[in-house]
Amino acid sequence: MTLVWFVLIPVLGGFAAWALSSLHHRWARWVSLLALAVDGALVGDLLTGGRTGSLVSGQGWLLDVHVAWIPQLGISFHLAVDGLSLVLVALTLFLGIMAVASSWAEISERVGFFHFNLMLVLAGIIGVFLAVDLILFYFFWEVMLIPMYFLIGLWGHENRLFAAMKFIIFTQAGGLLMLAAILGLYFIHGRETGVYTFDYVQLLGSSLSPTAALWLMAGFFAAFAVKLPAIPFHTWLPDAHTEAPTAGSVVLAGLLLKTGAYGILRFVLPLFPQASAEFAPIAMGLGVVGIIYGSVLAFAQTDLKRLVAYTSVSHMGFVLLGSFAGNQIALQGVIMQIVCHGLSTGGLFILVGALQERIHSRDVAVMGGLWTSVPRMGGVGLVLALASLGLPGLGNFVGEFLVLLGTFQANWKLALPATAGVILGAIYSLWFMWRAFFGPQETRWTISDLSLREGAVFGAIILGLIWLGLKPQPLFEVTTSWSARFGEKTPRVEAKAVERSGGNKHRFVLGPTAAISRTQGSQDSNEPR
Amino acid sequence: MNPGDLFILSPLVLIAAGAVLIMLVAAFYRSRLVAALLSLGTLAAAFCALPAVYSPKVAHVTALIVIDGYGLTFVGLVLGGTFAVAVLSYGYLEGTNEQPEEFYVLLMTACLGAAVVACSSHFASFFFGLEILNVSLYALIAYARRRSRGLEAALKYLAPAATADAFLLFGMALVYCKLGTMSFFKLQDLLVHQDGPIVSAGMAIFFLGIAFKLALVPSYMWAPDVYEGAPAPVTAFMATVSKGVMFVFLFRYFGELGSNSGNNLFILFSIMAVGSMFAGNLLGLLQRNVKRMLACSSIAHFGYVLVAFLSGGSLASAAVTIYLTVYFLMTLGAFGVIAVLSRTDREAETFADFQGLAWRRPWPALVLTTMLLSLAGIPVTAGFLAKLYILAAGAEVGRWALVVLLIVNSVIGLFYYFRLIVTLYLPVDVQTRAEFPYIPAAARVLLALLTLFVLFLGLYPGPLVDVGNIIKATV
Repeated sequence: MTLVWFVLIPVLGGFAAWALSSLHHRWARWVSLLALAVDGALVGDLLTGGRTGSLVSGQGWLLDVHVAWIPQLGISFHLAVDGLSLVLVALTLFLGIMAVASSWAEISERVGFFHFNLMLVLAGIIGVFLAVDLILFYFFWEVMLIPMYFLIGLWGHENRLFAAMKFIIFTQAGGLLMLAAILGLYFIHGRETGVYTFDYVQLLGSSLSPTAALWLMAGFFAAFAVKLPAIPFHTWLPDAHTEAPTAGSVVLAGLLLKTGAYGILRFVLPLFPQASAEFAPIAMGLGVVGIIYGSVLAFAQTDLKRLVAYTSVSHMGFVLLGSFAGNQIALQGVIMQIVCHGLSTGGLFILVGALQERIHSRDVAVMGGLWTSVPRMGGVGLVLALASLGLPGLGNFVGEFLVLLGTFQANWKLALPATAGVILGAIYSLWFMWRAFFGPQETRWTISDLSLREGAVFGAIILGLIWLGLKPQPLFEVTTSWSARFGEKTPRVEAKAVERSGGNKHRFVLGPTAAISRTQGSQDSNEPR
Repeated sequence: MNPGDLFILSPLVLIAAGAVLIMLVAAFYRSRLVAALLSLGTLAAAFCALPAVYSPKVAHVTALIVIDGYGLTFVGLVLGGTFAVAVLSYGYLEGTNEQPEEFYVLLMTACLGAAVVACSSHFASFFFGLEILNVSLYALIAYARRRSRGLEAALKYLAPAATADAFLLFGMALVYCKLGTMSFFKLQDLLVHQDGPIVSAGMAIFFLGIAFKLALVPSYMWAPDVYEGAPAPVTAFMATVSKGVMFVFLFRYFGELGSNSGNNLFILFSIMAVGSMFAGNLLGLLQRNVKRMLACSSIAHFGYVLVAFLSGGSLASAAVTIYLTVYFLMTLGAFGVIAVLSRTDREAETFADFQGLAWRRPWPALVLTTMLLSLAGIPVTAGFLAKLYILAAGAEVGRWALVVLLIVNSVIGLFYYFRLIVTLYLPVDVQTRAEFPYIPAAARVLLALLTLFVLFLGLYPGPLVDVGNIIKATV
């Protein structure tokens, strides 16, 4: 039942916020905050509580709820959580709270309806991370889009209706292709086994012909590649991110993109191991192109939000690259990258939003020399930019480094250009800092620095990044069981990786990867290779 | 024909009696309320008679009418649809310059025609039912006769409908001259073996006539004009009841034949399905009038149902039943919102009328949002379930081309549904704001029920799926 509450609390909170907003605006904000905090407490309890033991060693789900929903078609209401889901749910709630806090002053019209939509998006995203029935997954997948559409279309900036429409059409097209693939998988599995079901666990063992597997995988991949976004399906992202209100951008960049990554990790790779191994070079190639393309375009932007949006394309390229690298190190890196990108990019969007509130522009051309008037903002911007470029000591470094390390073992030819992306990241991040906060002063701005509320938001984000950068171990421990279990599912790539690295993975035992090699070591002793 | 047969026909008889009764009462005592109550009572009585006359055995009443589970289910749907239209038209006719009582008489006769079509088993009864329906509709479309648009719409309906009737008759004649029977049951068996040029031509011409009634490609052009000009409740009736029964008829007798991919008819219906999906959705993109937009959407939706029709697997009949039921609910809801915000002299129909509706009339806006999301096939609403069933029916038999085209069209359709949805929530434009009338309590309850049904079936579709599976057993 706990899992149902995870989803239900934001929904109820959303309705309450809308209803109470007729009394006063602040009620909508406080109620939303309260609901997310309560939900966060539930998740936190699960993360740190007595069940953590099973998280580390865990086989199967930590918690699961299984109720028949449309038995005639074999559809069930099946929510389940393992380490991977739990981390992402925690990220969702954290960024949800940040989003509510960051829109405290920005949103002044239709406040209740805004928070209703925001809470519904969050509920949908949590549902996506928990659903293990494919139709239920699709259900949440679509449910989160509609309120997002409203967030962009009603509270966005100048060109909001266009951006909202583009967003919904891209993501829906991908989603419907996935639905077709889900149905294909359902009927193939049903004919093979006589059991017609949409249950993820049962479908895992489907035996598919290589052609069918490739087509079905392509259907799933279409949905996730649009969401991630992978080149060439990314064109909705700069528009949507730029036009959305701050909270919308935070949720989009921090969470919605992550649902694409999660989909690849949870569905594409385990359901179609063979097909995705064959497809891996192409997907990894797309990832590398995304890394470089995103960086180059980020450098060329003058609109700050657009700039941050393109950095997302670049960073999500790492995620795509690592996901298909097919070894545990890269997968751990992907999870770290997902979480840290959520924090750092979410933070950057909140910063740009705060700047826009003050100077009513996102154009770097009118900025410059802001450090003197808003030093605290400048400091925050510097930390976030450094996180984004992958400075050691901040979480993003751990993520990118592990992805590159894992990719190097799987395919060093792709790892080389991807590494160049890190350098490009340094260029655009520092350029952004220089143009906005240093450099020649175009206008003499007299604006207020960060308020207490904003300071608290950035403080929490920066603390999170530093914590993950210095002590990533807890995150790895929570997700190791997942990635290890998954590692067994892709024998081909794994074996190759071991071969390439001379069977000596332990060479890479550096701080953050210690846990991984420990668990691998124990596996190795169990099953001799 | 014996008294027992008369009892079995009682739902149809009751509707006919109701029409006569309303006419007689109106001759002595004119009252909109009495006429509306009488028609609602008639429909409710006919509805209650449905379970009473049902028996697992198929009852052939003369050679013309067949009463079975399949027919009765859809007669129930017709009655429900007409009931909703009657409720909606009560407020709509308030303050009209015309006599509102005859509106209900015509509504009853139209309903009767539709019910006869759903139960017909013979060319004659089919054509007879169709004509009762058509003639009633001519008058209903032009009911607000002082408005030129209604008259224009009625003429635009009359001329093509008459042509379509000629097509139907000519097709029937060709088939009869070759096969020597007018009974659909016999025809069903004969058509499987006989596929000569005359029979094929006859059937093709016959189906073109039916395509007109269903507003399918190639004869769909009348729909946006007529839907726009007709009074909003009548538009709702045409989009649901009048189209629905034609599809019910088509599916009953030609479902098996049409889904056989070796047959010429399969090609014909495939062209109709794909063409209607694209024509409806692409035209929908261009519309600036909500009624026209919904007309285009309705063209596309029958293209979707045809995909289930063409699949013909074990899921097809359940898919058709579910889709039609859900389509009735959401289309009645969408046109219902237009109807309750309109009067005979001024209808709320442009995008400007609907701008900011959510801040002025939150409840109708909520209903319309739900219905549009459902039409777009978004989860939580029943429209998603219905679309899922159609996609599943197509995927089951491997008709991937149709499935992918349906997906492409769903994506195109999103554009205009969402354009209207977001319009509802934009700030109110003070200059163009329309005056909305008072909404009677009955219409409020009706819209609330429709919305609840759409949401309930979207979240818990079990009962409807069961009905669909029962239908599957009876076809």
